[in-house]
Formats: sequence, C-alpha cells, structure tokens
Amino acid sequence: MKSVHHGFHWTAAKDRLIAVLLLLVALLTVVFLMLILGFLITRSFPALKEVGLWEFLAGSRWMPSSRTPGYGASRMIYGSFMVAAGALALPVPWGLAIAIYISELAPKPVREVLKPALETLAIFPSVVLGFVGLVLLAPWIARVFDLAHGLTALTGVIMLSIMALPTIVSIAEDAIGSVPQEYREASYALGANKMETILQVVIPAARSGITASIMLGFGRAIGETMTLLMVAGNALSLPVTRVWGVPIPDFLRSVRTLTATIAIEGLDVPWGSLHYHALFVIGTILFTFTFVINLLTDWVLHRWRVED
Amino acid sequence: MVNPEAVLSSRNVSLWYGETRALNQVSMDIPERQVTAIIGPSGCGKSTYLKTINRMTELNSSVKIDGLIQFRTKPVQHYDVVELRRRVGMVFQKPNPFPKSIYDNVVFGLRLLGRRRKSELDRIAEMSLRRAALWDEVKDRLRDSAMGLSGGQQQRLCIARALAVGPEVLLMDEPCSALDPVATAKIEDLIFELKQEYTIVVVTHNMQQAARISDRTAFFLTASLIEYDQTKRIFENPRDKRTEDYITGRFG
Repeated sequence: MKSVHHGFHWTAAKDRLIAVLLLLVALLTVVFLMLILGFLITRSFPALKEVGLWEFLAGSRWMPSSRTPGYGASRMIYGSFMVAAGALALPVPWGLAIAIYISELAPKPVREVLKPALETLAIFPSVVLGFVGLVLLAPWIARVFDLAHGLTALTGVIMLSIMALPTIVSIAEDAIGSVPQEYREASYALGANKMETILQVVIPAARSGITASIMLGFGRAIGETMTLLMVAGNALSLPVTRVWGVPIPDFLRSVRTLTATIAIEGLDVPWGSLHYHALFVIGTILFTFTFVINLLTDWVLHRWRVED
Repeated sequence: MVNPEAVLSSRNVSLWYGETRALNQVSMDIPERQVTAIIGPSGCGKSTYLKTINRMTELNSSVKIDGLIQFRTKPVQHYDVVELRRRVGMVFQKPNPFPKSIYDNVVFGLRLLGRRRKSELDRIAEMSLRRAALWDEVKDRLRDSAMGLSGGQQQRLCIARALAVGPEVLLMDEPCSALDPVATAKIEDLIFELKQEYTIVVVTHNMQQAARISDRTAFFLTASLIEYDQTKRIFENPRDKRTEDYITGRFG
C-alpha cells in the first residue's frame, strides 16, 4: 500500500508468495496427519491379521506377555467409556450451571474474575492435576468410602470433571452469550421473569452450542491419559458390581482405560512384537472414538450456525 | 391532574441513562382505541419513552426515572410487572420471534401465565394469528420454525404473540423499519384494523407513515416533547417552528 508507484507488481507478487507459503504450511499439516493415521493403521495391521478385530473388541483377556497371550481389550474399552460417562454426568450439570450464572446472572466484577479463573484451570498440566488427585483426593476417597486405597474410577472421574469443566463452561457460555438480546427483550415484554427467560428462551436457543460444549468436554475426557494413569489404579479387572445379578458399573473400583494401557505398556514393549502391534490397535480404536466424537461435534456446531 | 379519558398519562417524566438525560419533563395523554404516533430524529428519546410505559427501561440498571406514568387507574410502578406487560404488549424494531415453532411463539405468553389446556391454546393461537392477518399464510405449517418466515411475516407473528395474552395497549417501536415496502403496507393496514380494539402507540422515524396511520402525533426533540396534537394539525399547521422544520425535512 505504501509504495503505490514503484512497488505495485512487487506487492502483488509478495501477496501471492505469502499465500503459496501459507498453503504449503497448511498442506504440510494435513500430510503429517495422514502420515500418522497411515502409520497407526499399518502398524495395527499385523496384530489385526493375527488376532482379529473381533477378539480386540469383544475379548476380555488382556495378557500380551503371557505364554498363551490374550488380546481382548473390551475391559479397557468399557473402562474408558465408564470413566468418560462419569466425566459427563458430573461436570455437565455443574458446568452448565456455572455457564448460565456467568452469562446471565453474575454481576460484572464476579464474571470478570470467574471466567479467567476457570480458563486458567484448563492450562494446568494434567500431570500436576493427577498428582494433586493422587496425594489429596485419593486418600480422602479411601477414608470416606472405607476402601483399601483411593485409586478408583470415581477418583478419576472427579479429576477428569475438573479438567472438562473449563471446556464445557467456556463453550456453553459463548453459546448462551451469543443468543441475541432481542429474544430476551421479547420474553420480558411478554411478562416472563429472568428464570423463565433463561429456561424457556435462552437455553433452548443455545442448545446446539451447549450440546457441542458437552461433546467437546467428553472428547477431552476420553482422550485424557496422565491424570487417570495416576489416580484410577489401572487394574485390569472389570469394575462392576452385581446388584440382584445385574452387573452395574462400580465407580469405587480401580479401572484401566485404553489410554492408560498404551502409556503403561508402550515404554517397554519389544519393538515389532505382536504386543507392539496390538498397542497400535488400541491406538486405532481410541482414535476412532475421538474422531467420531469430533465429527458429531462439528456437525452439531454447523447446524447451530445454519440456524442463526 | 390526570385526564380520565386517557388510557396512558404521563406527567413530567424525566429519565437518565447514568448521567445522560434521555427524557426531559414529558407530559402527554394517550387516548383509547386510537393510534398515537411518536416521531422525531434519532436519539430524541422516543423509543425510551415507549419503554418507560411497560417498564422495559428497568432492565437497564443505570436508568433513573422521575415523574408519573399512569396506566388506567394507577401508576405503572404499582402494577405487578407481569400483569402490566400482559396488558401493555410490545412489538420491536427488528422482528424477534423465538427460534421455536410458529405455534410455540404465539402461545409463549399464555404458557407463562400457566395456561396449558390444548384446546384453549389452539383457539387463542388461531384468533391471534387471524387478528395479525397471518393465519391464512401459516395455518398449514404451525409446527414449522418461525425462523423460516419472511421478515414481514415474522413481524406479524410478533404482533400475534403480543395479542395472544389479551393486551389493551400495543407499543410498537419502529415496527416497519426493518421491512420492505410491501410488508410495511401490510403492517400499516393491520395497525389500522387493530385500533378498533386496541390502543396503539407507534414510534416511527418515517413521517409519511405517521401521517398515514395515526390519529395523534407527538414530536420529540432532544429528550423533550415539543408538540402533541391531532396528526392532521401537526402535519398541516404545526404551532412550533421546530416541528415545522422537522416535518418539512429541514433537519433529521
């Protein structure tokens, strides 16, 4: 813009050069992504061929280093889902309550402290949170429920909830905040009070964004490794209790997730062994879950924008 | 002191947004079953005046109000705000239906009042949509989203939504400023119809519109009511030089 007389062609060329460079960087990201995905799948392949996908998904005996090895990952899949489900049940109502409070009810000074404070929670390294859970929460859980140790699914769920909270609050608050002021005015003008306006107008209008916040929080929880590794005990037993013969998830027992399995066994697995390839299968299963969750989230978010 | 013929009376109403004065000693009486237009340049206080009537100004915590606004028998502050807003409905500048179905929009206010019987809701929904001249266009798609309607239809839906709770007064804040001429003409016809049953106060920046639809016109300028009279008189023979300058387009 500055050198209108002499630099016109140069500026245009520079613009194009920058555009091409940015395109290359963007393409590179996609290439890396594809390489990782390809690597994951090709490394899984020997194990899939040898053991079979069904054995991984349905088998319950995970004993890769045994003389008669077992590669059933169903208990870890179950563990991952159980922990993630718990990490939805707890922080969703909690997070939504905070989001509604911040965007609709909190006085300005409170909002200006609360939102950054919560967002700071998101930047805590998970190993630090895991350590806090290990030395503070786990002994407390053991005492309250009279257990031998406090390394349980519940401990993991509570720590994951604390980690998912900022995601849920932040996105739900954005969604609620972006509900047009005109809707609130219309509601008040029809004689609605504040609570009626929030529950019957604002929340329904923000429901796609709120759904997205929940799914992203869920994605965060199911992919989380370190915290769970530290506080959930990692036992390979199936964490269920039978009530009148019906197995129900038992959150007071130790649980092992897909992510923890890779973290625990990945370090000393013999390279190229069947066990090594089996861990890649676990990775592929995990990737599939998070991929589907992200896809669904995108779809919901897209629908939310179209509606506006 | 207050004119018993008037549905709405205000005496020396002043209003401040923080330190800024938005209304200065406004006194006017609004007669029943007539259309009263409020005109004036942007920022003259005309919309603010409208919102003091159904106490929408209270939503802004920095607002201070002084003076008397009376609706029927008592000052608006003495009403329960739900009752006041049920009896004094409001239509906004930008059509603002909720992102719900057409039907759910119309019965929103009724449900707030605790009315749940389907036959009653259906009956009132149809009546309100008919009064808002929208029934024939939407009767086959009441369950569709209101967001799929055109701007003019949305505005008539907002009018139906306001009518459903049985108001006596309709406050309209520039109801046509976001609409095209055809949709505007429909709303103007509708206002003409509705004044048989309702008292209508309409804020507009469009002087031709005020001249077409209103019985009485108030001219606001810099937070004050300058002149208030029969519409014919305001447009043909204003008393105040500033009114004349405004309606002849010398400023605004």
